[in-house]
Amino acid sequence: MTLLLTALVVWIAGGGACLLAGRNRLVAATVGSSTAILGSVLALTGLVVGLRLPVELPWSMPFGHLALACDGISELFVAVAAVVTALAAVFGTGYLRHAPDRKPFGLAWCLFNLLTASMVGVFLAANAVFFLLAWELMALTSFGLVMFDHEHPGVRRAGVIYLIATHLGTALLLVMFLLLGCECGGMLDFDAFIAGGYGPEVAGVVFLLALVGFGTKAGLMPMHVWLPEAHPAAPSHVSAVMSGVMIKTGIYGIVRIIWILGSLPSWCGWALVAIGAVSGIGGVLSALAQRDLKRMLAYSSVENVGVIALGLGIGVLGLDARNPAMTTLGFAGALLHLLNHALFKSLLFLNAGAVRLATGTTELDRLGGLLRRMPWTGNTFLIGSVAISGLPPLNGFAGEFLIFLGALTPLLDPAVSGSTAALTGGLTAAVALALIGALAVACFVRTFGLVFLGEPREAARAEAAQEVGRSMCLALLLLALMCLVVGICAPLACLMVLEAVQQLAGAAQLDLDTTRFLEPLVFVSLTALAVIVVALLLFVLRRRLLRGRIVEATVTWDCGYAAPTARMQYTSSSFAQPILRVVRHVLTAHKRFAPPRGLFPAQAAFASETSDVYEERLYRPLFKKIESLLGRLQWMQHGKLNYYILSIVLALLALLAWKMR
Amino acid sequence: MNFWQTILPVLAALLLAPLLPGVIARVKAAVAGRRGPPLCQLYFDLWKLLRKGAVYSRTTTWVFRAAPGIALAALLCALPLLPAPGADALVSCSGSMFILIGLLALARFATVAAALDTGSSFEGMGGSREVQFAALAEPAVLLALAALARASGTCALGGMFAGTVGPLWQTAAPAVGLLAVALGIVLLAENCRIPFDDPNTHLELTMIHEVMVLDYGGPDLAFILYGAALKLWVFGTLLVNLLVPWQDAARPLAGTGVLIVGLVAVAIAIGLIESALARLRLLKVPQLLLGAGALAGLGLLLIVRL
Amino acid sequence: MNHILDTLLVILLLSCFLLLGTSRLAAAVRMTAVQGFMIGLLPLAIEGGEIRLRVAILAALIAVLKAGVFPWLLMRTVRSAGTTHEERPLVGYGLSTLLGVAAVGAAFWLDSRLPFSAEAHSKLVVPVAFSVMATGLFLMVARRTAICQVLGYLTLENGIYIFGLAIVSGIPMLVELGVLMDMFVAVFVMGIAIFRISREFDHIDAAQLTSLKG
Repeated sequence: MTLLLTALVVWIAGGGACLLAGRNRLVAATVGSSTAILGSVLALTGLVVGLRLPVELPWSMPFGHLALACDGISELFVAVAAVVTALAAVFGTGYLRHAPDRKPFGLAWCLFNLLTASMVGVFLAANAVFFLLAWELMALTSFGLVMFDHEHPGVRRAGVIYLIATHLGTALLLVMFLLLGCECGGMLDFDAFIAGGYGPEVAGVVFLLALVGFGTKAGLMPMHVWLPEAHPAAPSHVSAVMSGVMIKTGIYGIVRIIWILGSLPSWCGWALVAIGAVSGIGGVLSALAQRDLKRMLAYSSVENVGVIALGLGIGVLGLDARNPAMTTLGFAGALLHLLNHALFKSLLFLNAGAVRLATGTTELDRLGGLLRRMPWTGNTFLIGSVAISGLPPLNGFAGEFLIFLGALTPLLDPAVSGSTAALTGGLTAAVALALIGALAVACFVRTFGLVFLGEPREAARAEAAQEVGRSMCLALLLLALMCLVVGICAPLACLMVLEAVQQLAGAAQLDLDTTRFLEPLVFVSLTALAVIVVALLLFVLRRRLLRGRIVEATVTWDCGYAAPTARMQYTSSSFAQPILRVVRHVLTAHKRFAPPRGLFPAQAAFASETSDVYEERLYRPLFKKIESLLGRLQWMQHGKLNYYILSIVLALLALLAWKMR
Repeated sequence: MNFWQTILPVLAALLLAPLLPGVIARVKAAVAGRRGPPLCQLYFDLWKLLRKGAVYSRTTTWVFRAAPGIALAALLCALPLLPAPGADALVSCSGSMFILIGLLALARFATVAAALDTGSSFEGMGGSREVQFAALAEPAVLLALAALARASGTCALGGMFAGTVGPLWQTAAPAVGLLAVALGIVLLAENCRIPFDDPNTHLELTMIHEVMVLDYGGPDLAFILYGAALKLWVFGTLLVNLLVPWQDAARPLAGTGVLIVGLVAVAIAIGLIESALARLRLLKVPQLLLGAGALAGLGLLLIVRL
Repeated sequence: MNHILDTLLVILLLSCFLLLGTSRLAAAVRMTAVQGFMIGLLPLAIEGGEIRLRVAILAALIAVLKAGVFPWLLMRTVRSAGTTHEERPLVGYGLSTLLGVAAVGAAFWLDSRLPFSAEAHSKLVVPVAFSVMATGLFLMVARRTAICQVLGYLTLENGIYIFGLAIVSGIPMLVELGVLMDMFVAVFVMGIAIFRISREFDHIDAAQLTSLKG
């Protein structure tokens, strides 16, 4: 714990030191990244040494103690945060080297370090006030980082949307914590929360508030609108941290609340499954509809958070049905997928940054053929894509596999299937997961193919593209290696999340059923090894067969057409069109079509754009309505200062009168 | 569990899988009144291709060269997971049905990535259609297997069929029939047979699987053809296991024998379907696959209600 | 468990899916004919071993009417109306099929909440009856052509009949005949009406009948 505290201090101090660097790029990067890495190393060492003495310091804050505690759940999240931020910092040194001069580099690195510190603070907080303070600091620092390129109007818009969304979420959290505090006799410590007992109604309300409040941060589907705006706007190493770790603070909050409430009514599990299915399917379909690499990755984060929510839902349903196997598999799958997603999503966001550095764009339809020019970026992106699609040799498969197993448990066990909620919830989750998996394959094979394979769609861009610097390649390589290692050593990785699962199950007085998932996971890793070995053998076989024979190089067969151009290749929207056509009623694309006219048409154009359904059909009308309603109060905004002061005085008097009543 | 009983089906798959496309071709020829190619045509093709050199497009990268091997490796690793009628699988673990689905998806990822690697618009089109069909077929497979998991109490492919299907045919014949139809439709879609895709077409615009592998030749094409035959074998095995209510196979040869006979029957059925049906309009394909999902879901519902 | 009965019921369910998924009017009419035939066979399947004459006659009558006369009438209308396809359904066919599946699920859930199945001949009868009824109602709501709406009405009636079979063992013959008579008249009238409408207005789009109001 001392080491963890030291890490926190290092991050905060490093952040302060960065401020002194001002606009000096080199000093800021050196100080910022080295303190970020040092802090992470300290934190990881602290986790390995594992002395967990809760710390409590006096603090002049009503209800607040500076209470920090580290348990199994916190440990997992802190580990994820430390690893991802350290590697993002390594990448960031190289990435920001190419940013234009006169940027506030010192401030950016300061915010980066403070963001890390605040996220770890959220994971370690054992008091609601301290938790909310860290939570707010996290929102503000990440907002500052999103605004790094604030010259662009789009970035400013994204920042404002993010700020509003996150504060709406926080408002709900405030209510939730106050509710919990009222139930526990005015105490706002987590220890007091878990000691208290809650009736089903209170538990339900608290859970709903948590689901919406934390779900906003996590990016679950109806509350996700800020995510595809803010993540692409931020610099890539920040997007990696935001997608890899920061949205996980939302999941952390939900997990914490499940732990605090102990046993939840079954509809809570169902709600998690439903929201997870909506986010998962909606997220991956929206990702398929995107034409910008980083936006697409942001939507895919929505999808993966949905998958995690599915797992948590299975776990909660298992708790309700008192089934150890279902609980264990659901929670373990969710947390393992969380770990995996942190790895491959930050990898992919860093890759996107590398692509932007090399080509100056992240628009899918302007890229292509980059694998030859950027082998490190390209091959690590391939590993990330296979992993995020949930395919066997890599880590993405293991987490989804556990969730699948958990989802079908009530189907296999007649003793549990008496609970209709568990049965139907599990089936819904399994079908949704199968659909999500297949669509994710479509989405990421498309992205990898468009960016790195085929012919460059804009030759000049590809000519100019060069592999990014050594520090960035190092970060990419390490993340890709971790994806591979976690995939092959799935059971070991699962042991990492085991303690957190145990804690969750223990809060509801349920034992774990570890054999149910460790044994199948051994088979998963064996399969992974087998696939790799057999593929290598076949590769060697092919090499030997071809040795000494004629291997020619020629053009791609284009069916007799002699003058193919790179622009004739399939584009992002044409690849996704067949799938999106099936869901055209839900995900409407706006098309602009100028058909060729006349005998010798000179011009023709076609463009399609898929905007966010919820933003378009839910939030925009809703906010318009609110705006017009509030517009009626505009007579109060008259600009006369004395009237304002009068109204404040009247309000204060009214409050006083109410209190003296 | 007898070792031979479980390893024989895998050996049979490795040796006999290329026979199935031959059977289909012969059936189609017979229906059309022709003599058709020899039954072992695919063996000859494979032998010929393995002895050839290769021609690669200048656009392609290592992804294109490695993809056939990866796809074939995924299918080879899927073989030990499959059961024979009345017998367990060589490798059986809880959840092997998800491993099978994952391996098939890996093979698909590799094939489509390679298609995009050529930079040809036709191959991109094939890849796009392939992933669309798969996205709709995967939930159907999951539902069908989930129904069997319900009946057998395990989600290991090995234990799912043996000893379960027989009683199930007696208690819930309509449900099993629905599952079989759903799996049959998925088999046709996943293996790119009529009514989803015409393996014999020579118009690139209408091909799906064939168009993705247009640029391959030599040993790579041999891998792909062999992989396609294995994929047919994989789905065929699931279907045969579902249709044959085989209780127990004490003799190792019997289960494998039933399996081979059943697969040949499946191939003949595919040949007949291909002769009788025309290709479906592409816009109608999602509907048929959704229908397969609906059938599988209905089957599951009936079995859950038992 | 009665095997033949279950098979008939599953075929009935499948015919519902096909009704929901097809745009061709002729195919839809044929599907209702199949449904009618299955409905006709149902009492025989329920009786099982010994088949009484009364039941046999009733079955034959139903089969002839529902699988022969009605489809023939409707086919004639389809042919004479000159419309072969439902052109613009209010709900797409893929979505309709999915909703059909959802309806089946809902029917099973509803059945688990109601006490009917305990005394029914098969666990499937009541849920299938609900699903068939739901399909009929859905067709009447979600399709534009008058033919499809007539088919929806027929399907709904089939569902009600199955439901009746499920909860009452042996419906009084007189009631049954009365219902059949009603339906016959209804279909007859509707067939004539559609024929007239299509001759008068060149289409059978029921949504456009709103133009008839004063």
